[in-house]
Amino acid sequence: MRIELVKRPQQSALFSALSPFIALGLTLIAGAIMFSLLGKNPAEALYYYFIDPLTGLWDENNRWQLHELAVKAAPLILIAVGLSVCFLSNNWNIGAEGQFTIGAIVGSILPVMYPDLQSWIVLPLMLLMGMIGGAAYASVPAYLKARFNTNEILTSLMLVYVAQLFLDWLVRGPWRNPGGMNFPETRNFHEYAILPEILPASGRAHWGFAFALIAAVAAWFMLSRTLRGFEVKVLGQSPRAGRFAGFSASKMVFFAFIVSGALAGLAGISEVSGAIGQLRPTISPGYGFAAIIVAFLGRLNPLGIVAAGLVLALSYLGGEAAQISIGVSDKVVRAFQGMILFFVLACDTLIHYRVRFVGTPAVKAAEVSQNV
Amino acid sequence: MTATLETEGGNLLEVRGLTKIFGTLKACDNIDLTVGRGEIHALLGENGAGKSTLVKMLFGSLEPNAGEIRWNGQVEQISSPGAARKLGIGMVFQHFSLFDALTAAENIALSLDDDTPIATIAAKAKALSYSYGLPLDPYSLVGDLSVGERQRIEIIRCLLQTPQLIILDEPTSVLTPQEADRLFETLERLRSEGKSILYISHRLEEVKRLCDRATVLRHGKVVGHCDPRKETASSLARMMVGNEVQAVVRDPVQGMDKAAALLEVRNLSRTPATPFSIPLRNINLSARAGEVIGIAGVAGNGQGEFFEAVSGEVQQQDAANVRIRGKDAGRLTISGRRLLGAAFVPEERLGHGAAPRMRLSENLLLSRHATDRKAFLGTAGTVQTRAIATAAQRIIEIMDVRKSGPDPEAAALSGGNLQKFIIGRELDRRPAVMVVNQPTWGVDAGAAARIRQALIELARSGSAVVVISQDLDELFEISDSIAVMHNGELSKPLPIAEATFEKVGLLMGGAEPGHVEPVAELA
Repeated sequence: MRIELVKRPQQSALFSALSPFIALGLTLIAGAIMFSLLGKNPAEALYYYFIDPLTGLWDENNRWQLHELAVKAAPLILIAVGLSVCFLSNNWNIGAEGQFTIGAIVGSILPVMYPDLQSWIVLPLMLLMGMIGGAAYASVPAYLKARFNTNEILTSLMLVYVAQLFLDWLVRGPWRNPGGMNFPETRNFHEYAILPEILPASGRAHWGFAFALIAAVAAWFMLSRTLRGFEVKVLGQSPRAGRFAGFSASKMVFFAFIVSGALAGLAGISEVSGAIGQLRPTISPGYGFAAIIVAFLGRLNPLGIVAAGLVLALSYLGGEAAQISIGVSDKVVRAFQGMILFFVLACDTLIHYRVRFVGTPAVKAAEVSQNV
Repeated sequence: MTATLETEGGNLLEVRGLTKIFGTLKACDNIDLTVGRGEIHALLGENGAGKSTLVKMLFGSLEPNAGEIRWNGQVEQISSPGAARKLGIGMVFQHFSLFDALTAAENIALSLDDDTPIATIAAKAKALSYSYGLPLDPYSLVGDLSVGERQRIEIIRCLLQTPQLIILDEPTSVLTPQEADRLFETLERLRSEGKSILYISHRLEEVKRLCDRATVLRHGKVVGHCDPRKETASSLARMMVGNEVQAVVRDPVQGMDKAAALLEVRNLSRTPATPFSIPLRNINLSARAGEVIGIAGVAGNGQGEFFEAVSGEVQQQDAANVRIRGKDAGRLTISGRRLLGAAFVPEERLGHGAAPRMRLSENLLLSRHATDRKAFLGTAGTVQTRAIATAAQRIIEIMDVRKSGPDPEAAALSGGNLQKFIIGRELDRRPAVMVVNQPTWGVDAGAAARIRQALIELARSGSAVVVISQDLDELFEISDSIAVMHNGELSKPLPIAEATFEKVGLLMGGAEPGHVEPVAELA
């Protein structure tokens, strides 16, 4: 006997809409099981993981936690919005983490190498250079795919490690802070190079979150209301129909990679100039990879991605809270993110396909169908 | 009804009440069928009548929902193609399952369960192929073989397993008339050896010629058993289709040679894009205002490559290779050629002519975003959904597209209705040049007649229409002249008054394209 997936003739609209919520519910159940296997009280653990970071909603003293949520959600949403354009056009950019890193590096050129240039023009230039850096780095796998038909999943993923090691070398070598006592960090950014906070009185959420919302709305409009968005979807769904329509698949490869690379680069420089204030060997807890989960949890819809980005940001904050309050390892964060992605993809698969056991005799199949 | 038709010596295969349900569709509904020993039994029906579903159940690739299959009087559960082969059922599919990069013998070896050496298989296959008059070199690469030769591999592969019942699914749909004749001889020989054949077709003449009995299916149900030799083609067609099909009206036209050439193809050559595609060799064609030119040919002789080149999905070296309304178009993209007034309908509906998961209105935008930019797109490229929906509705009404819901996804339509929409989408533009590949492939008779009539009317209103098709009946019905494509070359067009099935058939088999006169002498 073997197990087959058989495509369903039509998908349930209800379950398609419910799928992300079912996936979250299953993740909570699996999480509870995981915590009890670790010897923790699952109710308490889930409280610290998913409720405690949200107490700012009603408790003014904890409002800073909501700001932290926005700080974590901003890069996730920015990157995932770009990835949704990529994935919808059937370009599998897995290297957003690398584009994020290169965006952060290129955007940091001015405050690190020319610290004496102090003017209001510095910050806009940094953001622009960050986007250009991310876009340029993303166009490498795009060129390789369009010109040599290489697999972009492999090339974009491998370039992540190149970018991370390059950053590591920079902050330990040429860009190390001369007055930093040999710590592997660049000099602190001067005041004109800092992305300001939105509401400094109540917390440290910076304008990166606003960029994320603007990018999400703009991408939603592009995808749902313009010919360019139509082109993205046609080429992603049926490349031959796209060619028949007169759309160029290789130009689309560049468009998708450059858009997602630019947004990942913007996320990178926003994170560095808004949340960190300098370059360090590690500037991301894996935002570029978590954003893949965000993109799918948001059903590749930029507006859904805003909600999904907040959920994933919560998993980072909850991981920190649970670490402090009940003493579980920070590996739990990765485990939770993995479970969310697993359940999202599993739900989507079961909506599109049904499981069939092959090898049972025909009579049995007839009985089963009558019973159903 | 079946009891009266039992043959002597008992039945090899008896099917009772076989039913297969896909979702809400009863693809096969309570089917009864008996096949006697040593008979050629026809399974007749239109596309979508349930023939393929039925034989897939007999061959074990689909499980029935209800009903029983008796083999030599015993009830059998045929759970897999392997089980079917063990019983002695062999099948030759309509779409071959061969690996292009392997030799014929290697392909045969793949389907055998034991570890017989390739050399033994090759020797056996060669002996068998010659003894049945289907010569085959077992060491030739499948990629180099013609469609007819590939079919021989499938048949030999099937015969090597010494089946008692051979199922052939539309075997002549890819053959020239001459190749088909040779196949019929083989089948008659097999019958004389006592083997049974279940012959699936919708070609009435060959069923009348070859088959002892026929079972006719319509909408998944058996509508009758008969002796095809006692029926006429039109009585069989009535059983298949259910009602009389409206005939296409084609008025003869005068003064065509003075009309302007709207589409000119000059010295078009193309190197093969993949090892298994056909090169185009120096093709010349001119289509004038008011005429329908048919391009006949066996599948896989360069029609797809020709369509890609003319439509601009692939561009030419020289801008003068393709001229549309007197302007060089060889270096233009498909959008550029559309802007010159040309329209194109590819062979594949789902995935080429239409995006399956997109709505009909979105599929309207697919081919008309360039030509109807003013109507369908606003400033900054925003899509004007209301204008597009109105135009889609107009096409749906004019072409009588039947559908569920106001604006369904393309994949939700039946093949015929989607094709009517795709053709209507282009006709709605009133194009000066229309190139259509396989306009009625897999389309039911009613929709096919509607489509053919629309193409003729377009030509009569002053456009040039080029129809690429493998259906000779269709080409003879609508064309003013017929050219034949063989091995990447295109013959000179034969005016319809001079064209006969035999002449076209010979050209399809490769009798010197470009030289029509010697063929006429042969005929």
